[in-house]
Amino acid sequence: MHEVDMTRALLLAMHNWKQSHTPHQPQVGTVHLQVGSFTCVEPDQLVFTWRAATLNTWLEGSELAIEPVPLMARCLGCSATYSPQAEQGYRSPCCDHPMEEIVSGRELRIRSVDYHFNDSLSPSPR
Amino acid sequence: MHMPLEDTLGLNLLAANQHQAAHNREHFDAWQLLCVNVMSSPGAGKTSLLERSLALLADVFTMAVLEGDMTTELDAQRLEAVGVPVVPITTGRACHLDAAMVSGGLRLLQQRLDPADLDLLWVENVGNLVCPAEFEVGEHRKVALLSVTEGEDKPLKYPVMFREADCVLITKIDLLPYLPVQVERIEAHIHQVNPRCRVLQVSATTGEGLEAWHQWLVEQVASQRSKPAAPPSERHGPPPALLSAVH
Repeated sequence: MHEVDMTRALLLAMHNWKQSHTPHQPQVGTVHLQVGSFTCVEPDQLVFTWRAATLNTWLEGSELAIEPVPLMARCLGCSATYSPQAEQGYRSPCCDHPMEEIVSGRELRIRSVDYHFNDSLSPSPR
Repeated sequence: MHMPLEDTLGLNLLAANQHQAAHNREHFDAWQLLCVNVMSSPGAGKTSLLERSLALLADVFTMAVLEGDMTTELDAQRLEAVGVPVVPITTGRACHLDAAMVSGGLRLLQQRLDPADLDLLWVENVGNLVCPAEFEVGEHRKVALLSVTEGEDKPLKYPVMFREADCVLITKIDLLPYLPVQVERIEAHIHQVNPRCRVLQVSATTGEGLEAWHQWLVEQVASQRSKPAAPPSERHGPPPALLSAVH
């Protein structure tokens, strides 16, 4: 369910981006996202929701490319970075330290947009 | 024919919500009130706890509640019965409050009172351990509730919520004698994903632990009051008096 809200947030961001190109009408090919694994977003569901939400809109046919970002934390015991696992209680394997400093994995970022401008009023090729 | 182009955005997906949340927080700061966002799964005891705390803190703080609920106003009615102003926010399909909904609730609240008179504004979020963790509403503190009946492993299964919380209340501790649950293990799991948060054990039924919880609130309200107001250059918009005239 939360992917629907994330998609809405993404549509809003894309709308604002499109406005920044007024009066030109950008045709979006791919929207590149970074989605951390320590967020509430499931990439596959986001792609599915995106396809449904963009039908019959100016974004129909555009793709979401999601770069997953793994959860990484820094152990405050020895400064080593490690990949926290739920099964290990997110503790560091080196010093058995609780998860203090998160280095990556909280990303929910629109990295970039691939697009072109139509040089005629004809619909863009799919 | 079509020149391929690329724009680098580097934009947070939730930037619009964060912008609105920052705007809400500026209002809260100008009013010198503390906004607390209360979150948990459905049935962890948010409303029961608020009923008790609102009644017990009525002589200490001037308070109001923005009450998020998916379809009904039942919880709002329960809290209004305590004698504290409550603005219900029915979210419909949405499973969390977002900053725009809270902004709308604030406008309704302003029709009933001057928020500058408040010490503490509660936001009771929709029961859900997932989405509310990602959608800030402008709160100064996040409080997550976890009832002992939900099991010991919830902090590990829903780590984002417990990571984000400033204070976690382990609720319904009056039921501990009847459950195969070790409250120490729940506490340990919370601290594994969030070593710095305050963890308190409470029962809204017996009142056990409420004193420590209320003491924590007193400290947070005091720290908010002693916070120097941001100089005008650091604000993102006109002062609240102007804004309320515009909205």
